[in-house]
Amino acid sequence: MRRQTNEEQEFNEESEISAAGVSEDPHAKRKAVIPGEIIVSGEDFLPGEGARREGNDIVSARFGLAEQAGRIVKVLAVTGAFIPRRNNVVIGRVTNITFRGWVVDIDSAADGFLPIEESPRFVNKNAMDQYLAIGDVIAAKIWSVGGKGIDLSLRGKGFGKLEGGFIFRVIPNRVPRIIGREGSMISLIKDKTGCGITVGQNGWIWINGPTIEAQVRARKAIEFVADKVFVEGLTEKVEEWFEKN
Amino acid sequence: MASSNLTIETLKKMFAEGKRFDGRDLLEHRKLSVETEISNTAEGSARVRIGKTEVIVGVKMAMGEPYPDSPDRGNLTVSADLLPLASPRFEHGPPGFHAIELPRLVDRAIRESHVIELEKLVIKEGEKVWTVYIDVYPINDDGNLIDASTIGALLALKTAMVPELDKDGKIDYDKKATKKLPLAKDIIPICFTFYKLGNSLLLDPTREEEEACDVRVTFGLSNPKDYLINSCQKSGKTPFTQEEIDKIMDTLPKKYDEINEKLKKFL
Repeated sequence: MRRQTNEEQEFNEESEISAAGVSEDPHAKRKAVIPGEIIVSGEDFLPGEGARREGNDIVSARFGLAEQAGRIVKVLAVTGAFIPRRNNVVIGRVTNITFRGWVVDIDSAADGFLPIEESPRFVNKNAMDQYLAIGDVIAAKIWSVGGKGIDLSLRGKGFGKLEGGFIFRVIPNRVPRIIGREGSMISLIKDKTGCGITVGQNGWIWINGPTIEAQVRARKAIEFVADKVFVEGLTEKVEEWFEKN
Repeated sequence: MASSNLTIETLKKMFAEGKRFDGRDLLEHRKLSVETEISNTAEGSARVRIGKTEVIVGVKMAMGEPYPDSPDRGNLTVSADLLPLASPRFEHGPPGFHAIELPRLVDRAIRESHVIELEKLVIKEGEKVWTVYIDVYPINDDGNLIDASTIGALLALKTAMVPELDKDGKIDYDKKATKKLPLAKDIIPICFTFYKLGNSLLLDPTREEEEACDVRVTFGLSNPKDYLINSCQKSGKTPFTQEEIDKIMDTLPKKYDEINEKLKKFL
């Protein structure tokens, strides 16, 4: 009897979600879960990222928001380390210079490496620090993640050495929220403050603006967004916030 | 990640204008909140929060032999464990530079202020004395660990009780301790660490500010009446100018009063 009601409930949930459209939909149901919590039970579901199957149940492996996209149940973790993936845009700091290129700290478990050939302009091999010195900050793309390490590239628009402004860190898992749907959140903050903002997938954010006040305001807005994990309709909240601050 | 050239340059400019990311003045502390007696098993304990920085300090009493040069006094040992959970800067393994420096700074501020009356901690002269262990555990490092740890150590000492002994002279934890740790009444050791970046002096930096600064100096003050400096240590390569030291000397009494006022109800 109990089982039947369970199944009924699941079907209802599933139909609700498919009606609402999958995870891209802003109104998709999200539920806060802790590790070990049963998200749904039943053979109809498949565990996605941050979830695992235990017998009949789909159990959360992370602390975060559970989301159902069709049959797949995944957990969007609230905290965690940056896991580098190919084509990620990252902001890193040069920590060492070798004969072949620059070692870049990208705040992941392994350092990134930027080979000398990947720099967009000619670099004198005897004076590599004239292009990038230790402590300089770059925006780069992850070219490959392999057994040998993480290779970076500066080819492409917007990559290269960053000058002016400052960088700061947020939790990497919050980056999608800061960017917003199709970049809506970040362009809102850019519009309101007049600052240039580059968000690295590794959680490092570069702000460069006309005045210190504008830069600090942009930073506070981003930190406000990064803090509000469980809030819905965040764009309106941020607009409200801008009116107050 | 250590500080980047970019951020250092921006911070220099901001400090020159007297601005900070969190809107404080350069010589303004973050919100300080303290709790005492947070541990059941320690003789005394305290938790100190300065902004996001959080430190737990415990005091444990054990019996030991006195040092040969001070047979009529108890011992004091300060240790700190920089837990990797507190900061990405801290790693497992043998203690590094900061893990050695932090307890020594706390030790010096407490010891040289003579707040603990070590001569009253003798059980049998030359043979048996109390050893006061102060253990500092940073739970979250958002800068200014030295000042937070000293406040924690002071409050933990203020709440510490001397455990009772049984017939054989061993510690009896089942008996309720009624005797307070003998402390000098009017001595309140507090540390103030001044950081310098460019030509600006600042107090109570966050971690990113701390990482950007190139030099710091710690002063341990003790007496609320004449603001006696008991300890002082500078680290970093850049020198301080005479004017900067004068400015620090002018600021210290004000800051001491400010913190002392906040701690008053716990002392």
